[in-house]
Amino acid sequence: MLIKRPDDIRPSDITSESVYLNRRALLRAAGLSVGGLAAAACGAADSAPATTPASDGPAPPRGDGKFADLVKSPFSTDEPLNSYDDITTYNNYYEFGTGKADPARNARNFEPLPWSVRVSGECEKPGTYSYEDIVAPHAFEERIYRLRCVEAWSMVVPWVGISMADLLKRFAPTSRARYVVFQTLQDSDRMPGQRRPVLNWPYTEGLTIAEAMNPLTLMATGIYGKPLLPQNGAPLRLVVPWKYGFKSIKGIVDITFSENRPVTSWEEAAPSEYGFYANVNPRVDHPRWSQARHREIGAGLFADKVPTLMFNGYGEQVADLYKDLDLRRNF
Amino acid sequence: MTPRALKALAFALASLPLIKLVFDTLGVAGGSLGANPVESLLHRAGWWGLVLLLVTLAVTPARDLTGQTALVRTRRLLGLYAFTYVLMHVLVYTVLDQRLALGPIVEDILRRPYITVGLGAFLLLIPLALTSNDASRRRLKARWTKLHRLVYPIAILGVWHYWWQVKQDVAQPLIFAAVLAVLLGYRLLKRHRRTKRQSHAR
Repeated sequence: MLIKRPDDIRPSDITSESVYLNRRALLRAAGLSVGGLAAAACGAADSAPATTPASDGPAPPRGDGKFADLVKSPFSTDEPLNSYDDITTYNNYYEFGTGKADPARNARNFEPLPWSVRVSGECEKPGTYSYEDIVAPHAFEERIYRLRCVEAWSMVVPWVGISMADLLKRFAPTSRARYVVFQTLQDSDRMPGQRRPVLNWPYTEGLTIAEAMNPLTLMATGIYGKPLLPQNGAPLRLVVPWKYGFKSIKGIVDITFSENRPVTSWEEAAPSEYGFYANVNPRVDHPRWSQARHREIGAGLFADKVPTLMFNGYGEQVADLYKDLDLRRNF
Repeated sequence: MTPRALKALAFALASLPLIKLVFDTLGVAGGSLGANPVESLLHRAGWWGLVLLLVTLAVTPARDLTGQTALVRTRRLLGLYAFTYVLMHVLVYTVLDQRLALGPIVEDILRRPYITVGLGAFLLLIPLALTSNDASRRRLKARWTKLHRLVYPIAILGVWHYWWQVKQDVAQPLIFAAVLAVLLGYRLLKRHRRTKRQSHAR
């Protein structure tokens, strides 16, 4: 697999390229049934997709539950993957309980579909989009990213998802859209952890428009080639690999383009400990623990902690976004 | 129940969490420490240490309420068992979590208040553990009783350490704090009643 370092390639070029490749593969392999599904899904959408025509269609999960024809990404790392078991049983998803094992246990009967996402705010094509509407025009990619939790542990996760930049462009954000705000489902019947106000529900997160449009930013729909399990944020979740894991909001039902910076849930809960930017930064400690080193999940009982990398090792793609920002004050 | 039987029962019960920890560490009987084994060991050893510490403090009220003086004979072994779990917790932290890296450990002690508090509780617990025997009691006499009153600030520091360590969900530390408040409150009440009685007797 060719690992490219696309410094001089514009974000729009990269995503168009990957979608283009997948369109070719789909036309060769998939045929009418995929096109038919895509056409039906797009017929229900409020807007026409900004990238490829509907007939190129998605690569939805096959009968065996796996995504077909995943496009490999140049952003993927070749580090060893964490096991499916670890990734799906060690989770922070307070909507299902605050213990690491709670989400897997308490989200067992959570049905992710049907699902809809409300898009609103400073954009030209607001509306309510079903999960199918959201993913239909895009190529599913495999992105193997490092995930670094603010609690100082990390995993390597083989995500499946679509380019967030391509998705957001479909809604035509205006020049007043300086931030993109995401919210999780709020439904204490389906999410028993929300019966206690551990956080101020619904979970709210946000990115600057530049961060949201960065080529790394992913709207994830699966792991290990299969659709997301509820405990990992099914059916749609954000992945921003250069930030602490709490920024990668799960179970997204709301996308708002905003002129003003949102107050995110963890920032509201403990503003001295969790900031808006939350970039992985070994030089800026959490008030109660160091961020210079972290524990790799899966390395075992006798492993050393490893040094944390600035921007979780994704500096090449994102450092430019922060060149004028004091990252100690804007943690 | 005879004191001996009660001691055996207390020992057996206090051993169960330790046995489960060992089984899970070794992967015996389908057990496992999960995706983050160091964190699991650290948390569980500390949690049970704190629980046993509170159980030790509950012995006197239990004796007063039930009239079972035999209960008092379990207090030493419960206290020593609490120390065992706490020692395990400290060893997991220094050996498995920090890998005996002196720099990070010192930095943690100096710059992370919840660790400073935890270390304080552990250091104060050491003389109590070392003097939990008949020989020390005979040698120290009245000073032994005074020394072992340190268990009160130790328990407070322990609960404080737990509370400060939690990320956001304070439900459990809150319960521990409430239980501790009841156990300490009971003793304060008892002392108040005793001094009142003494002053009335004059």
